[in-house]
Amino acid sequence: MAIKPNIGQPLNRLEGRQKVTGSAKYAADYHVPQLLYGYVVNSTITKGKIVRVDTSAAKALPGVVEVLTHENRPGLAWFDLQYADMDAPPGTVFKPLHDNKIRFNGQPVALVVAEEFEIARYAASLVQLDYEEEPFVTSVEANLSKARPAKKGIATALKPPPPAPTGNFEKAYEAAPFKVDAEYYHGNEHHNPMELFATTTVYEGNGKLTIYDKTQGTINNQLFVANVFGLRYKDVRVLAPYVGGAFGSGLRPQYQLFLSVMAALHLKRNVRVVLDRHQMFTLAHRPQNLQQLQFATDENGKLTAARHAAFVETSSYEDYTEVISSWSHRLYPISNTRFEYKVVPLDLSTPTDMRAPGGVTAMHAIECTMDQLAYKLGIDPLELRLRNYAEVDPSTEKPFTSKALRECYRQAADSFGWSNRNPEPGSMTRGNKLVGYGMATGVWDAYQFPSRIEAILTKEGKLMINNAVTDIGTGTFTVMTQIAADELGLPIEDVIFGYGDSKKPFSMFQGGSSMTSSTGVAIVMAAKALKKKLLEKVKEMSDSPLADADEKDLVFRNGRIALVNEPSVHINFQEIVAANKGQAIKTTKMGKPHLLKLRKYSKMTHSASFVEVEVDKDLKTITVTRAVTAVAAGKIINPRTAHSQISGSMVWGISKALQEESVIDENLGKYVNANLAEYHIPTHADVHQLEVIFAEERDELINELGVKGVGEIGLVAMPAAIANAVFHATGKRINKLPIHFDELLE
Amino acid sequence: MFIASDDIFHKVWILAKTLNPMENEHQFNELQTVRLKVNGEQHELLLLPWVSLLDALREHLDLTGTKKGCDHGQCGACTVLCDGKRILSCLTLAVLKEGAEITTIEGVVRGNQLHPLQQAFIDHDAFQCGYCTPGQICSAIGLFKEGKAKTREDVKELMSGNLCRCGANIGIIDAIMEVKDGGMYE
Ligand code: FES
Ligand code: FES
Repeated sequence: MAIKPNIGQPLNRLEGRQKVTGSAKYAADYHVPQLLYGYVVNSTITKGKIVRVDTSAAKALPGVVEVLTHENRPGLAWFDLQYADMDAPPGTVFKPLHDNKIRFNGQPVALVVAEEFEIARYAASLVQLDYEEEPFVTSVEANLSKARPAKKGIATALKPPPPAPTGNFEKAYEAAPFKVDAEYYHGNEHHNPMELFATTTVYEGNGKLTIYDKTQGTINNQLFVANVFGLRYKDVRVLAPYVGGAFGSGLRPQYQLFLSVMAALHLKRNVRVVLDRHQMFTLAHRPQNLQQLQFATDENGKLTAARHAAFVETSSYEDYTEVISSWSHRLYPISNTRFEYKVVPLDLSTPTDMRAPGGVTAMHAIECTMDQLAYKLGIDPLELRLRNYAEVDPSTEKPFTSKALRECYRQAADSFGWSNRNPEPGSMTRGNKLVGYGMATGVWDAYQFPSRIEAILTKEGKLMINNAVTDIGTGTFTVMTQIAADELGLPIEDVIFGYGDSKKPFSMFQGGSSMTSSTGVAIVMAAKALKKKLLEKVKEMSDSPLADADEKDLVFRNGRIALVNEPSVHINFQEIVAANKGQAIKTTKMGKPHLLKLRKYSKMTHSASFVEVEVDKDLKTITVTRAVTAVAAGKIINPRTAHSQISGSMVWGISKALQEESVIDENLGKYVNANLAEYHIPTHADVHQLEVIFAEERDELINELGVKGVGEIGLVAMPAAIANAVFHATGKRINKLPIHFDELLE
Repeated sequence: MFIASDDIFHKVWILAKTLNPMENEHQFNELQTVRLKVNGEQHELLLLPWVSLLDALREHLDLTGTKKGCDHGQCGACTVLCDGKRILSCLTLAVLKEGAEITTIEGVVRGNQLHPLQQAFIDHDAFQCGYCTPGQICSAIGLFKEGKAKTREDVKELMSGNLCRCGANIGIIDAIMEVKDGGMYE
């Protein structure tokens, strides 16, 4: 009999005390002796080559230890494959300081290493570089002629190219009574976690390194470092117990890791490299894109034809892709479809997944197109969604493991007060403000990856769980502890979760909203194996009161194994350990998705967002005054941390719809707002009422825990809901994100 | 120069050179003795004159609870209390704070007892990654002292120098309001 006192409880974050007292240590917080500071020099041109390097002035500065450039860097692994990380797209990986070629503005071209941070930074400004510039391109819109299908590779397994066309789109679209043809544009965005990318490399001697790194994947970066620098895997340890946000930017090893390790090995010293905020704009980002949609319905509002073409930025050296164009077909039944995806290679660094990659991009376009259709049809936008509700996954005809989207619509609409909406644009006002209501649907994949867990009953009778996974602010530490505690019938305090360390058993990088299912299920498997082992020990014990008991009559509760019907007959964990000669009892288990069984199903999370905006009648400034998001994501292990994931994502939705964009000067090929004053994200004053609802969704099929993941789904519907609300308030369709007030001025 | 063009310290350096063109670099690089009082404790440090208070705390005193999010006064992660006032330690030179009473997040906790605001942050899940948290807490303590914030809207406005990329905004303001309304911050 399984009792789950912790699962489903809104526990406070277990690391809360460390975070509020400042004792939580992030990658740049480790005080190590004899530390050297590295400071990166970045290219000031966008494309071309370096023709002259003069580091003499920098080197002459007292306190400077070394200046590394492509001319004097140590020899490294030769083959591209050795640079490739688990998330590398097809192409040629960017290798810092590899040669004199410049591929993007701000490319790292030198590392200054000095005894003091201030000296390193100043010396970096003394490094002289002469370049030969070449023409470059940085705009998707201006280079559509260069669009081509993406190359395929290993990392694209999770990102399949668009499916083949179905039916006859042209004919069906032509014949349809109601249709919308619209184009959407999104600029570049940067993840901008609050923590700066940083690596502290501790040179242990004998080819051994301990690396404190800002990453979402300790093992991914361990393998990367070992491969590139020709070290043994076991000699490289990557630690990331605290990560100050990442949102996808830490999926791949970033160049400060490479440079810090290179300098440490070269100088046989401890080296820290921290990027500044400006340099953070030379890394990962969400790609700019242009989307063309043509949707059509019959007289009753049933979708009959859909074309969705996406033209998406990639770099000149790797073919990064997202899944964008086919999402409508996973949400709505449509018989005539044509989905296209083309990359547009630009002279920018390779984009990287950023929270709900592809999904939020696509759903903004799809759900705004749906809103336009609703107006053409003269029916309520929510009603249009319900008329096109899919009971099975339209793209595969497979049933869902579970889908409570209808409940999301209902509960969010009720709580929001959607029925009070007058559909006429501009008809609702509040003083000097136009009021707009908008809604949209969200959808995301429910991933699960293999994960290996070590479960140990310690000498003290506590449960120790080890896994290399990180907690980037998601609540993973707390949630995993809850799962483990319930599985072994222990109070939370008796579970120790060891994580954020590449020495621990395998975990994929933390991405795709997959950790609760991946790590959580593996914990269940490992705990089950451990229980089996404990039961065997119990049977072997000489005077065991449970020797003859049947397994199904036993229960694990409060640190003991007892008879279900007679709890006084029991054995404490400590007694088992004592009988094991005081030795800890260990098991290791790999958790994997049930691929065979799940092949028959579609696995997805859903959401619905309802948003109210106020638009100033004169100034046209836009405020999201309130929003409700209902989420169907299976079992919620910790409603408190899950709530924060969703409300945090809703803030991201406000940001994407109204605020954030990395603006490129096409003449210079660089970002002109590469700082937090001009790269706008919501401040406290921009965030008003946000309500989160978790629709009950029992999923017995998806995995042992019935969980799906909540890291991204809260964002997906928000930008479209906001854009639709702006239309409702003003009668203007702005299909370019972020929406600026000046576009609403007459 | 990509990195240094908007770099405040670089500007300080150029300014110093212009003011005193005869001064050579070697002198400029000379370490100075700086006395700082942090969390009630006196420290004597040997610092380059253009070391920020933030870097002095983090790199020289191992008080890494104070965070660097931008180094340009744009994010609030580095907020500390200086004679009770909230300041951005990244925009403050350490040498200028001799004689001041500096309180960092490490000094907010009273012995083993969390400050009511720290507890409220935990209770309201007012953080996810926790990186902006020390700055938010120090900033809010400064805000209480200022006494200007009367309403929730005031608090939101006056806390807006502290960014949170995780989007924990509502939890943060809830936590501050609870402590403010309870008058528990003295
Ligand atoms: S680090 Fe000082 S304000 Fe950002
Ligand atoms: S909690 Fe992550 S930035 Fe605020």
